[in-house]
Amino acid sequence: MTLQVEDLSIGFGDRTVVDGVSFEVADGQRVGIIGESGSGKSLTALAVLGLLPEDARLSGSIRFNDRELIGLADWRMANVRGRQIGIVFQEPRTALNPIRTIGRQLVEPLLIHRLIERRQAKATAIELAAAVRLPDPERIVRLYPHQVSGGQRQRVGIAIALACGPGLLIADEPTTALDVTIQAEIIALFDRLIRERGSSLVFITHDLAVLSQVSSDVIVMASGRIVERGTVRGLLDAPQHPVTAGLVQASVATSWEGRP
Amino acid sequence: MADSARRPRLPAWLRRLLSSPTGLYGIAIVVILLAVGLLSLLWTPYDPAAADPYHRFQPPSAEHWLGTDTSGRDILSRLIVGARTTVIVAFLSAVVAAVVGTLFAVLGSLTHRLVREGITVIIDVLIAFPTVLMAMMLAAVFGGSTAVVIAAVGITYGVIMGRVARSELRRVAGSDYILAARASGVGPGRILLRHLLPNVAPIFIVQLSLAAGLATLAEAALSYLGYGAPPGVPSWGRMLSETQQYIAVQPLSVLWPGLVILFTVLGFNLLGDALRDATDPRLKGAARVRGTKRKVAA
Repeated sequence: MTLQVEDLSIGFGDRTVVDGVSFEVADGQRVGIIGESGSGKSLTALAVLGLLPEDARLSGSIRFNDRELIGLADWRMANVRGRQIGIVFQEPRTALNPIRTIGRQLVEPLLIHRLIERRQAKATAIELAAAVRLPDPERIVRLYPHQVSGGQRQRVGIAIALACGPGLLIADEPTTALDVTIQAEIIALFDRLIRERGSSLVFITHDLAVLSQVSSDVIVMASGRIVERGTVRGLLDAPQHPVTAGLVQASVATSWEGRP
Repeated sequence: MADSARRPRLPAWLRRLLSSPTGLYGIAIVVILLAVGLLSLLWTPYDPAAADPYHRFQPPSAEHWLGTDTSGRDILSRLIVGARTTVIVAFLSAVVAAVVGTLFAVLGSLTHRLVREGITVIIDVLIAFPTVLMAMMLAAVFGGSTAVVIAAVGITYGVIMGRVARSELRRVAGSDYILAARASGVGPGRILLRHLLPNVAPIFIVQLSLAAGLATLAEAALSYLGYGAPPGVPSWGRMLSETQQYIAVQPLSVLWPGLVILFTVLGFNLLGDALRDATDPRLKGAARVRGTKRKVAA
């Protein structure tokens, strides 16, 4: 079992934003977490990486490869981040450091975790850029983030998250900020890379149509709780919870408008 | 990474700095100041300390280009030697301000909440101290010296810079790309040195250049008041205070040190303004995108 989250609760002050969430991700399994904004899905992802704000209250258990992550010292957690669990963020415009070249950012996790030597950095960066199908890799590794498009930046983000070959990849709304046409390309890229590397995937989104292209197992979250689980097919056919019904309706509507 | 391709070209901000008239004037003045300071170690027209009672208050002439002062000393020679004090004070003050500012900024933004709030209080108290008052307090304890001027200017401007940089550092620390870097497993030390500080460095560089200008002014003011350079050390501020009582006898002897102080401060401020224009992140994006487009079209 790659990831076991049990009775996870997160709170700020006297407000509880994630309440008793439990789910499991098996080796090589792909799990989608779907929910409206504010449902606590992104916080759950950050909790797995130990990256919650310092004023957050955290309880429950997060086990990764049978090792408890909650309460782990930050430097131990730093060895897990990037190396064993990678994450792709929603907003590619702000997730890259504006003053470092794309090449330097691509190889940073590999250098941090001492998987490559500094002198291999340039060649490795070009390889990574090529692996996510960035055009003209030799040139693009020398550019700064603002010099490339949003879709290309998200490819860089994916390359960084997968650089060390993590056993688990968390994708937090990785296509939400992108055009519909770019979304399809990014989804296809995810699909291929995950297949090649055999990583497990937790795919967070609010768009059932997008999720259906990546994963079949779905967890539905609303107001910090898991309200429904099942397969994409099952949810589409017979949503049990009103929130699920709303999400299904929204995705059907967008399919009609966006993809005739 | 990718250095081989970029090395021959100057960084974009430096190119922008050199292409603006303000930046060029600022750099020119600062470079001249540095050159004169170095020159003073090797050569001056006359011995700047040699008094000549028979040639007091000489107007500018072929022998004494800027005339002589109350004791008959060559004003040009004294200005050249005084540049050394100004250069040392300006640059060391900037260094002290940078160290103090970085320390306050980092401790005031990235540490535990209690430390952070303590630092905030200390900054608020220290920021209320004018530079001159700080210098007078230090001089009362340690005696007047160039070091006191450097410490006073460095601490007071360091606190101001720390306050500016602290809020900027907090903003950058909360940004997505810092979270992303941490998610890649980057540790706290490397986050600070490679991700946070480089992102606030432009603000710092600008502030440092302005601090150097203000240090020049403060050194002159403090030496004028008698808290700065001791009598043996040549200083523009001291020249002002020595000659001011004879302003009716020989107005030019007061004008010269006043003018060089004016131009030095002007130079540092022009440089600071140009640096701000060249490194402002909001302008940076626009300028670079424009540059890229031009390259693509060519």
